Amino acid sequence: MSSFEHPLLDDDAGPLVRPYTVSNGRTAPTAKLDLLSLVRSTGQLRPSQLEAEHAEALLLCREPISVAEVSAHLRLPAMVIKVLLSDLVDVGAIIAQAPDPAVDTTDQTVLEALLNGLQRRL
Amino acid sequence: MAYNGDSDHSPAQQSRMPTPIKLLVAGGFGVGKTTFVGSVSEIEPLSTEETITAASIGTDDLTGVGDKVTTTVALDFGRITLDPQHILYLFGTPGQDRFWFMWNELSDGAFGAVVLADTRRLEDCFPALDFFERRGTQFIVAVNEFDTGFHYEPEEVRAALDLKPNIPIVCCDARDPRSATLVLVTLTKHLMSAAASSVR
Ligand SMILES: Nc1nc2c(ncn2[C@@H]2O[C@H](COP(=O)(O)OP(=O)(O)OP(=O)(O)O)[C@@H](O)[C@H]2O)c(=O)[nH]1
Ligand SMILES: [Mg+2]
Repeated sequence: MSSFEHPLLDDDAGPLVRPYTVSNGRTAPTAKLDLLSLVRSTGQLRPSQLEAEHAEALLLCREPISVAEVSAHLRLPAMVIKVLLSDLVDVGAIIAQAPDPAVDTTDQTVLEALLNGLQRRL
Repeated sequence: MAYNGDSDHSPAQQSRMPTPIKLLVAGGFGVGKTTFVGSVSEIEPLSTEETITAASIGTDDLTGVGDKVTTTVALDFGRITLDPQHILYLFGTPGQDRFWFMWNELSDGAFGAVVLADTRRLEDCFPALDFFERRGTQFIVAVNEFDTGFHYEPEEVRAALDLKPNIPIVCCDARDPRSATLVLVTLTKHLMSAAASSVR
């Protein structure tokens, strides 16, 4: 993922600026996170040991959850959530698993799990 | 909901993170993508704002920082927990054509796609069809039947869209969870047979 220094200078970035203060003004996450990266709490830190937004994010990570979902639940742009979650990775509070870039989209075992899971909902 | 502070996450457990399966829902403006994603999802329809750089247009030159175009798009997505090891994530592609360049990023690693079509404006799904054909992403076409639309037989739609005979075409009501889920079942069966026939 590329650097996000410049968007903040955009004219229309006005309303977006405030959330970035959450992550101390940093706009580039140290861990490489994708919308579909899954994150999960390691149990090594309690939410109460963290500041508000980090604590809220950590609470959502009790079960494996995607970066996209954390973003939607906390109503913060994905870019901000990536920085928050990457902080949590840095302090060992969560682990992250990036989607496999070489994922085999023809894997019959996975496709069968997909089919069965869908049919159970009918 | 108690905080599970003392579970120990051994490396063995870490390797048991679920596998995310990504499917896309594409189609023209206002065709029912958001509705479709919302009706199959087990969670309330969610949306996230993602910042996208145009530098990701099919090239690997990320050094041209000077003329990088950055834009923020709202993405809809839904989730279905298939089993403890598999989570389906369904992403609605942004309808506006000017965001076509982010489909590369979105479609990386996608297992397949549903292209939604509206019989009142069939041609609106051409960009999506072209895109998936070019990328080699497997897809099916689902005709979202609006009350005011004409009813076409699937074969008429196939002719109008110039689709290959092996690409399934189904009708659906994007507002109906069962109907939308059946579309995904058809897509999955298509993916399975495409995968089987690509094994030589
Ligand atoms: N009658 C009928 N209306 C539908 C159906 N699906 C969606 N709609 C309505 O059509 C409108 C557009 O649906 P959306 O789901 O927002 O379409 P979209 O593709 O997400 O639109 P954009 O994101 O703006 O491109 C909404 O008012 C829906 O309620 C359907 O199957 N039948
Ligand atoms: Mg929409």
